[in-house]
Order: sequence, then C-alpha cells, then structure tokens
Amino acid sequence: MTDQTLPLEKSAPIKPKLSRDDWVMRIFVLGIGLWLVVTILMPLYAMLSKAVQNKDGVFIGLQNFTEYFSTPALFNSISNSFFIAGISTVLTISLASVFAFILCRSTIPGKAVFKGIALLPLLAPSILPGISFVYLFGQQGVLKFVLGDYSIYGPIGVVMGEVFYTFPHALMILIAAFSIADARLFEAAVVLRTSRIRTFFTVTLPGIKYGLISAIFVVFTLVITDFGIPKVIGGQYNVLATDIYRQVIGQQNFEMGAVVSVVLLFPAFLAFAVDRFVQRKQVAMLTARAVPYEPKPHAVLNRIFFIYCCLIGIMIVGIIGMAAYASFVTFWPYNMALSLNNYDFDLMDGGGWDAFYNSLEMAAYVAVFGTTIIFTGAYMVEKSKGFKFMRGLIQFFCMIPMAVPGMVLGLAYIFFFNHPDNPLGIIYGTLPILVIVTIAHFYTVSHLTAMTALKQMDPEFETVSASLKVPFVRTFLKVTVPVCLPAILDISIYLFVNAMTTVSAVIFLYSSDTSLASIAALNMDDAGDVAPAAAMCMVIVATSASVRVLHALLTRGIARKSQAWRAR
Amino acid sequence: MNDPKSAARENVYLKVRDLKKNFGSFTALRDISLDVFEGEFICFLGPSGCGKTTLLRAIAGLDIQTSGSIFQDGKDISALPASERDFGIVFQSYALFPNLSVIDNVGYGLVNLRSKKEEVAKRVSELLALVGLEDQGNKFPAQLSGGQQQRVALSRALAMSPGLLLLDEPLSALDAKVRVHLRHEMKELQRRLGVTTIMVTHDQEEALTMADRIVVMNDGVIEQVGTPEEIYREPLSPFVAEFVGTMNFLNAQKGSNGEIMLGDHAISLTEQEKQKLNGNKILACVRPEDIAVRNVDQETANSFDVKVIELEFLGSFCRATLSYGSDESQINADFSINLVRDKNIEVGASIRVALPEASIHIFSQG
Ligand SMILES: Nc1ncnc2c1ncn2[C@@H]1O[C@H](COP(=O)(O)OP(=O)(O)OP(=O)(O)O)[C@@H](O)[C@H]1O
Ligand SMILES: [Mg+2]
Repeated sequence: MTDQTLPLEKSAPIKPKLSRDDWVMRIFVLGIGLWLVVTILMPLYAMLSKAVQNKDGVFIGLQNFTEYFSTPALFNSISNSFFIAGISTVLTISLASVFAFILCRSTIPGKAVFKGIALLPLLAPSILPGISFVYLFGQQGVLKFVLGDYSIYGPIGVVMGEVFYTFPHALMILIAAFSIADARLFEAAVVLRTSRIRTFFTVTLPGIKYGLISAIFVVFTLVITDFGIPKVIGGQYNVLATDIYRQVIGQQNFEMGAVVSVVLLFPAFLAFAVDRFVQRKQVAMLTARAVPYEPKPHAVLNRIFFIYCCLIGIMIVGIIGMAAYASFVTFWPYNMALSLNNYDFDLMDGGGWDAFYNSLEMAAYVAVFGTTIIFTGAYMVEKSKGFKFMRGLIQFFCMIPMAVPGMVLGLAYIFFFNHPDNPLGIIYGTLPILVIVTIAHFYTVSHLTAMTALKQMDPEFETVSASLKVPFVRTFLKVTVPVCLPAILDISIYLFVNAMTTVSAVIFLYSSDTSLASIAALNMDDAGDVAPAAAMCMVIVATSASVRVLHALLTRGIARKSQAWRAR
Repeated sequence: MNDPKSAARENVYLKVRDLKKNFGSFTALRDISLDVFEGEFICFLGPSGCGKTTLLRAIAGLDIQTSGSIFQDGKDISALPASERDFGIVFQSYALFPNLSVIDNVGYGLVNLRSKKEEVAKRVSELLALVGLEDQGNKFPAQLSGGQQQRVALSRALAMSPGLLLLDEPLSALDAKVRVHLRHEMKELQRRLGVTTIMVTHDQEEALTMADRIVVMNDGVIEQVGTPEEIYREPLSPFVAEFVGTMNFLNAQKGSNGEIMLGDHAISLTEQEKQKLNGNKILACVRPEDIAVRNVDQETANSFDVKVIELEFLGSFCRATLSYGSDESQINADFSINLVRDKNIEVGASIRVALPEASIHIFSQG
C-alpha cells in the first residue's frame, strides 16, 4: 500500500467528526442559550417594543418619548436620579476607599470584625436604612435635631440610605484592588525614601485605579437603579426607579413605564460597559504575579485609622440596630415598652408570615436551580470545543442582566409573560416566575464567579478524560464540581441572600398568594405600619445572617475535608 | 533482514501525510509527512513555537489539522475526535485530578470499562508497581513530589494499554537531577512495554538520550528525521547543525579540486561532502570537540596554525576560542583538561590544529 494509491485529495480540508461528548455539550450550550433568550432577551424585547406602542398595541414610533420629554413632572426625575447617584457615589467611594485602604494597608486591631460589620448591609433589603432613618431623623426621630430644619424625607434621606446600602459593594471591589497591588512597588518606594503622601499618589492610586473606576460605576448603577430607598424615604422626591413603579402600579400606564425603563437603561448600560472594559484590564494585572503587601505599623496613623473604622462601624450597626430596636417597641413613641407585637405579621396587610415562608421557599429554589443552571451553563460555555460564535454570544448574554435594573426586568416580564399569546403565561403570578426572574436578575455575578473558578481548572482535564474514554459528564461530576465546590457554595449563598432581600424585580410579579417578605415590608411601610415593616426587615436580616453563618461553617468543613488534596 | 530493529521498521504504526494547520491566517504546520514505526520512541525537537505541540495535538485529535491525513495502525483517523482515537497522553502540567487519590487517578478510565472492582484494583496496583509507586496509592497528587506526580500521570496514560503514548514535555516541570533520573526510567519502561511513543521536547539532551529517532522541527516544517547519531553527525541543514549540539560555522570558498579554502588553508572533504559543492560560497561546519590537536604536525591533512584567544573552563573540559588566517576568523574548540595541561595550551599561545575530513560538513550558499 503506497500513499499515492490512497484516494485522497492533497489539501482537502478536514471536517472534524464530532464526538458524542461534543454533541452533548453543544446541546447543553444551546439549552443555556435558549434559557437566556427566554428569560432575558425576549422579555427585554417585549419591553422595548412596548415603549413604541400605544395602549392598543399599535406602533406609534417615538410618540411616547415625545410625551415623556414634554412632561416636566416626568423628565425632572432624570436629573434627580443623576443628582442622587452622583452625590451618593462620591460619598460612598470616598468613605469606602479609606476603609479599604485601612483594612489592607494598616495594622490596626480587629480588622476582621470591622470588615464583617461593613458587609452587614448586604444582608438587609435596601428599604431597611430608609425605615431606620424614619426612626432616627423622622418627625418623632431620636436624632431629629441633627438635621435642623431639613427633612429626612427627600434627597438627604435617599443619599444617606444609598451610601449605607452601596458601601459594602464598593468595599469588596476596593479591597480586592488593594490586595492585588504589588508589594514590590511599595518596597521600592520605601527604599527610595519616597514620602508616604507621594507613595500614595504615585504607587497606591495607580495600583488601584481599575478597582476604583469599577467601584465607581458599580455604585453609580446600584444607586440609579435602586427602588427601595427612594420609595421609603424619598417623599415627594421622584427618581426614575420610583417613576416606573408609579406609572405601572399607580396609573396602570404600562407604555410610559416602558419609556421610563428605556431612559433608565441608558445610564445603566453605559456604566456597565465602562465597568466591563475596566475589569478586563484589571484581570490582566491580576495574572502578573504580584507579591502580597505586608503592612508595617505606624502608631499615630493607626490610632486615626482605628477611630475612623469605629465611626463607620458604629453608624452601620446603629442604623441596623435602630430598625431592630424599633421593631420591638410596642407603639412608637407613645408606648416604648418592648414586645413582639410588631412581629405578628398575620394581623397586618402585606401577606403575613406566609410572605416570609414564600421568601424562604423562593430563595431556596433560586439557590438550588440558579446555581445548577448557572454553573452548568458556565462549564459548557467554557469547556465545549468549537462553536465559537455561539459561545461568544452566550457569554455576552450572560453579561446583560448586570446592566438591566431590577425594575426594568420585572416590567419586561409582565410584558412578555402576561401576553395572551405566550404559552409560558401559565407561570404568570406563580412562584416559578419569581424564581426565574430572580435567577435572571442575579445571573451575571454568579456566572462570573463560576467562570473564575472554572478558568483555574487545568484545561486538560477534559482532554485526559477523552483519552481515557470517560464521558465528560463523569469528569464534571467527579472532578469539576468537587474542586469548584467553594465557588459553587459562594454562588448559592449569593443567590439565596439576594433572593431574600430583593424588591425591585419581583415587585411587579408577585400575586396575593406569592407575596414575599421584602415586598411585605415595603407594603406595610406604604400602609403606615412602619414598625412591622422594620420587624419584617429584621426577620430577613436574621435569615440571611443565619444562612451566611451556615455557609461559613460549611465552607470551613469542606476546607478541612479537602485539606489533604488542596494542600500546596 | 534478521536484525530485529529493521524488522520492526517494516511496520509503520502511525502515518502522517501532508499535514497543515492554520490558526486563522497564521500557519503553524506546513506539509508535515512522517512515518512512525511500531514500538518506536520518537522525539519532536525544536525551538519554542515551532509547532511541536500543535503536531502532537493534531495526532491526538485535540486540535484537528486544517488539511492532511493521519493513519494509525492502518486506519484513517484524520477526522476522528480524541475520544475515538487510541492513545494515552501526559501533559506538562500532568493534569492529575486533584481531588482523587493516586489509585483513583490511575483507575479513572478503567472504572468505566471493567465492571469488577478487584480487576480494576489489580490493574492499578500493577501499573503503580510499574512506575515504582506501589506504596503511594492512597495519597493525593498534591502530597507527591513533582517526579512522583509525573509517574502517576504516566501510569494513568498507560492504564488503558493504548497503542500510542503521547508525551508533551513531560519532564520540563522537574528540576535537573530528577529529570535525568526519570529520563532513563521512562525510556526503560517504554522499551519494556514496547509502546509506540511520541515525546515533545525542546531539550536536545533529552531527545538525544531517549529517542530512537528524532524529528527536528522549525517554523512549522520538519527539518530532519533521523536517529540521534544521524542528527548529530549528519545534520541536513544549518538549522539542525546549530540547534543540536554546538557547531562552528566557518565561511569558506570553493577550492580548485574538490577542496574548500578556509582563508589560505585548503581543506579536503569526504567524497560524500564533495557532492554537495555547488556555488562559490561555502559554509563549513565542524563541532568543537572534533578539532584535533594531538599528533598534529605540518604534514597532517587539513591542519593549520591558530592562536588561542580565550580559554573558558567548563568543568570537565575547556572551550577555547581560536583565531586563524589574516582576517583573524574565530573558531571554537573543546579541549580536555588533560590536553590543555599536556600541550601547555594557554591564552596567547600558538598551536596547530586539524579538522579531520570526516567531521566536516558543508552547506553551499550560492
Ligand atoms: N490556539 C492557537 N491559536 C493561535 N495560534 C496558536 C494556537 N496554538 C498555537 N499557536 C501558535 O502556533 C505556533 C506553534 O505553537 P506550539 O504550541 O505548537 O509550539 P511548540 O513548538 O509546542 O512550542 P513550545 O516549545 O513553546 O511549547 C506558535 O507560534 C503559537 O503561537
Ligand atoms: Mg509546546
């Protein structure tokens, strides 16, 4: 047998035959793509098209937008939103970057405690600071004198609440930025006898530049899209997020709600785009091996730093503590005796204890199904071969939820799932739609966490399995999942806590049978039952906190069990 | 034909024909054709980025070639996915499953095949014994040394008794001592099992000591295929001559009757080299260790006087930089310590050296 007799063209391109694994992976990739299209893209499309229709569903071009921009009561909210977001961002970033700097670059005692306290707001629904401020600075507030003639209801209250709510988000990004900065640069600066101030501006600041920019945009987006705080403490001060709510719930003007949503999407998308761009650069910095920084003690500075951290800590604990205290007071300010009366939710409107159980149930489903879908999806997109265009597209889809405010997503779901022609409409008004919208809402961060973990896996695991004729599914279950378990737990806890505390995406979608704890709190506050609202918030905080503790114990247990093979 | 080696050579196990691989507009492999004989140990040797890994991955079906074909054991596997090909593979990173014990790593593929637990256990302990890790079975990869991890990866790759063993720089993550030790062990194991093996390396010493034949690659093409001795003794291109071992490249002119002129010195060539004379400008190659000093006098063929410019002590020998001719061209020579002492060679000294005919290779430069 000589080569010449072989019937093959010399340079015929080879068409690779796909293995069974390749097919299975592609089906999964398509499945995840379909999921994202149905739960994110199609609702958004429905919303965008609603913005250019009249009440009867007839296309009217930009007429709704013309109406919007000729109604001062509406478009004034744009500047209000930007004003609030701008001020809150400046305040949060200033406070958080100093805090992060201290935690990463000083030797003060109790850093772990301070960090723990600073992250507490993550456990609460965003309306909690609003409720707390009512008790602190409201008509009968204990600290009303601090504000003098100013009212807490309005921009002041909103900005304070937003700073409380976004502080931990900014802090986490900034801590990450500080901790990847290269110690060798600092050592070089010290050797060169650079003054501390100069070191700060020439070494520290450039080192955290990307983290800083990222934090700014994340905070800005959180504030401009937040609904809970302006709803509770905004008074007559309207912002975009509350406008959507008023248009939809108050006036049943869905088209105008869609228009406001589009207006709100703009800054959110822009901030998101900048953030992604910056993140990419930060990742590049991460991969270059940096030497961790070992802070050196400095007595005077340490004292100042310690006082600063105490002040911030006291404020955070004070705000949560105030709501906690108020929730136990029988009837503020007339009967200050402590009781559990406010926890008797079944006596109030809003859904009662059932709402809490619904929340628990929903959060559990979101954690289980969300983690499964998101992690499996990330795995398939990362590990499947070929199929480049599809995988790139899905990666892009996964990023969209980050840029879509919860209110907008919720409204989009109404348009899509409540459409009479949509067979999926059967889930409208049920618990599953709440689960699905919540998974969609928090998809991006979870997906990125999964991706980071997966990228740290040896890319040849799948190759080795293929050469051993082992289907990838077995490798996924026996190797990938166990090795990524910490990340998987992180994702599930993130989803659980957010599902417990979220208001914005679900506010349009719950029904009387599926009210949730956070919505009950909002509705009770709306109805004037502020103390029970505070009580409900505390129940949520307690639940989130318990789950967090459980998570910490689990993680530690896993760490101990896997110590043998994780050892380096 | 009663030489067992040449009998084995009859049997081509892996046949690569006109292989080409593009990454977008970049061509990583061009016109690669290669025969690998059954039971042979082949090394792909070449500088970083020359396409060794790309070729290995094409053979494994991990990154399938753009065009061209591959036959394994007579079967056309050109388009088959990795899972339908017959090979075991060891990566530079070893890719051991970190959460599985050594036993589970080695038995990973077996569990899928054989139903009986005892059979799997028996085969795994056989394999571990083969690489001398019988007593490490219950440890996790992170608890093993680099060399032990490499051996676990090797026994996992051998577990399914593959027809072809592929190794991508399996020793490069180890430190020098361990590497030398494992070289012999792996070669020994391969000989014992008789498994056809392809190893990628950019370490020429590794290739020279382990391979039955070496495939020298450069820039996406095969420069030369041959036994280590052929590659070292008879390089077919200046690239191979330079890449493997150290080599003097001397500019010469074509002489009158089948000689070349190194400056004023006429240097004679073997009949074989004479055939290659073509054009006026000649590049003559000679290895430093081939330059003779002992028993060289005015009468010795190809001898001429040189001046010692520099002596570099390199442990077991000295590398001398010598200059010759009116333009003070330089040439390196390796002298044993003994020789340096006996002949009193020192910087500034004048000595007579000879370039033995058989050690000279020429490349015509037009
Ligand atoms: N996935 C890819 N996409 C684009 N170019 C690639 C890809 N993989 C390899 N290349 C390019 O193909 C060429 C050959 O790469 P290959 O990995 O085969 O080199 P190598 O000989 O194994 O080198 P090394 O000794 O550094 O491992 C390189 O120039 C490389 O940049
Ligand atoms: Mg390589």
